[in-house]
Amino acid sequence: MSEAESRSEPAHTGTDEELETNRGTADVNEIPLWVRNLRKTFGGITAVDDAGFEVERGTMTGLIGPNGAGKSTTFNCITGVHTPDSGVVEFNGTDITGLEPYEVANRGLVRTFQIARELSEMTVLENMLVAPKNQRGEKLWRSVLAREDVNQQEYELVERAWETLDFFDIDHLAEEYAGNLSGGQRKLLELARALLTDPDMLLLDEPFAGVNPTLEERLLEHIHDLRDQGYTFLIVEHDMDLIMQNCSKVIVMHQGNILTEGTPDQVRNNEQVIEAYLGGEV
Amino acid sequence: MTDTEPDGEYAQRDDEEAVSLFGITFPNDGTMLLALLLTTYALYMIAGFVIGFPVRGLVNQLGQLTFWIALFAMSALALNLQWGYTGLFNIGIVGFMATGVYVTAILSKPVYGTGTSAAQVGGLGLPLSVGIVGGVLAAGLLGFLAALPALRLRADYLAIVTIALSEIVRFALLSNTLSEGTVGGYTLGLGGGNGLILDFTDPLEALIRALSLPFDLVTGQDGFLWTEIYIGIIVNGISVFTPGNPKSVIDTFAYAAVLLLILGGFYVLLRRTGNSPFGRVLKAIREDEDVTNALGKNTNQFKIKSFVVGCALMGLIGILWFGTQGSVTPNTFRPRITFYIWIALIIGGAGSNTGSVMGGAIFAAFLFQGPRYAKNVIETVLGEPSAPSSFAQAVAPILSADIVPFFLYTVDNMRQLQLVLMGVVLIVLMHRRPDGLLGHRKEIASSVPLDRPASNKSLASDGGETDE
Repeated sequence: MSEAESRSEPAHTGTDEELETNRGTADVNEIPLWVRNLRKTFGGITAVDDAGFEVERGTMTGLIGPNGAGKSTTFNCITGVHTPDSGVVEFNGTDITGLEPYEVANRGLVRTFQIARELSEMTVLENMLVAPKNQRGEKLWRSVLAREDVNQQEYELVERAWETLDFFDIDHLAEEYAGNLSGGQRKLLELARALLTDPDMLLLDEPFAGVNPTLEERLLEHIHDLRDQGYTFLIVEHDMDLIMQNCSKVIVMHQGNILTEGTPDQVRNNEQVIEAYLGGEV
Repeated sequence: MTDTEPDGEYAQRDDEEAVSLFGITFPNDGTMLLALLLTTYALYMIAGFVIGFPVRGLVNQLGQLTFWIALFAMSALALNLQWGYTGLFNIGIVGFMATGVYVTAILSKPVYGTGTSAAQVGGLGLPLSVGIVGGVLAAGLLGFLAALPALRLRADYLAIVTIALSEIVRFALLSNTLSEGTVGGYTLGLGGGNGLILDFTDPLEALIRALSLPFDLVTGQDGFLWTEIYIGIIVNGISVFTPGNPKSVIDTFAYAAVLLLILGGFYVLLRRTGNSPFGRVLKAIREDEDVTNALGKNTNQFKIKSFVVGCALMGLIGILWFGTQGSVTPNTFRPRITFYIWIALIIGGAGSNTGSVMGGAIFAAFLFQGPRYAKNVIETVLGEPSAPSSFAQAVAPILSADIVPFFLYTVDNMRQLQLVLMGVVLIVLMHRRPDGLLGHRKEIASSVPLDRPASNKSLASDGGETDE
């Protein structure tokens, strides 16, 4: 997928300088996302209870757990949808706990949604063009008075949008209303759109739910490609096999806690996981 | 702009795309609008001539028609920014209009005791231009205050807040406490139930006098354009040919023309706003605010901007609408006006700027002014007949096959029936064309064409395998 590589500079350029953070030992260059003692309650129910984990740069990390384990709440606490009751979320060395979702996204941590949420009455291209950060024309006065300035950037963005659509093989849908896309195409669009924000790290909420096996294969291929380019992924997923086969590290949640984490093999053979997640059947 | 794909898969799309309406295809939006307006005027004139409406009355009617078309088109455009683009449900439009015109009145009415109506409360005596700017800013500020708490809530709560706010504005204007008082040596007030006499310079005269400033420097005369050109040549010139003083009719026409120009300004402003990255984010918020937020857009800020700009424009429309009426009373500003504007937008199609203008024009010509015109024409032709005063008196003669009383009764109650007509049109529209006349159309939110760039095309046709 050459065009994606030529699209922009590599997503990450590792710097040698050590960033001082309050986490002590961990190196920001290796650990972009760092979650500690996360806790979130809704009324009397504790959805996330003292959860903590790290995600290594350039990896695919899976977050799994049975229904109600607190995966989605953890996700929402990281991305700013919920404010955690306590705990710390650090991204690239800065504390992002309790920031608004758009602030989190602008720092390079971008999420997708469990049910693909396309902007249905906008075309695929319009969907894509919403994403890029710091567009000049997002200032109202510039859109009205400095069209030349805005247009110049718009041409660049349109080109990038087409290239990204090419990469995901959905360029033939560019002028279709997003609402007319199939479930799988929407997932592709959502991932493509998230990429146009120039993220460091992508949080995918059940990216394979409702996607047919062929498309699932394609989606996985794209994710692997992107990971090779240096993007970091945290994937929440129901399908345990999928995570085990594709992720280098798996975090298992159960009843709001981190039950265990490790390589797929370590997790697969963990007694507690089998008990909690599979109900002791295996 | 590049060629289309060989297989024609990617249709070109730009502003000059052919559009069709009522089965007729027009080369572009401009011609469609023009055709619509010409048809409307032709219908009005034919109706007037055929039935023998006096020329002076007909001309006056056409001037008024233009006035209403411009006002409703502007209103629909402003609402389209809020609802069509951003999905903000504002049903308090009239409150922002009232704020605009009342603040203008307070700023620009002559100081107490110096005006033509000495008994009334006075104003600050500032130039009308300052008053208009103040009125627009005040409406925008009110919009900002309404938006701050309400935009954090779901859409329906904004609707409740806005309609409540517009009623609060109306009741504040009615209030006795606020009707008169002395502030910093000025006797000011909102006039209470009696309203305010707008004894500032007539907006048309003020505008022409303002435009006259460069000429005044040359000629050394005050208000050269107004006294010499407008009154001296145009009005006096025309009065040679017509019995009676034609000034009021000419004023109506001139003011309507000014409104059309301002409408053009609105259109350019809102089209640029819509077809831009800013408008794209607004559309995205309308579609799914959470997603837009998750893509790194400060959605609250965008919503507030869109809402405030819309409200400020509504304030300006209020000033343009009521500023020439000589006086304003609070009860003019009932929610009914708000719903008129909603109907106009729904007819045209929310989300389309061209549609908004068309919706405004169609509403003004056929639902708002049309029935009144019909009543006017019929009554003139029949020589002001006396209509039955009650429904029973109107219906009873039908039994004896005499429908004239019923007809006269219907004509006499045109203003009430107008609302029924609007309701019927809305129902038919919802059923047959829920997106409005142009709402289904793609108005791409981008300042440039979105065709595949030429440099990128070779890649695609080779299946994306070659390197650049």
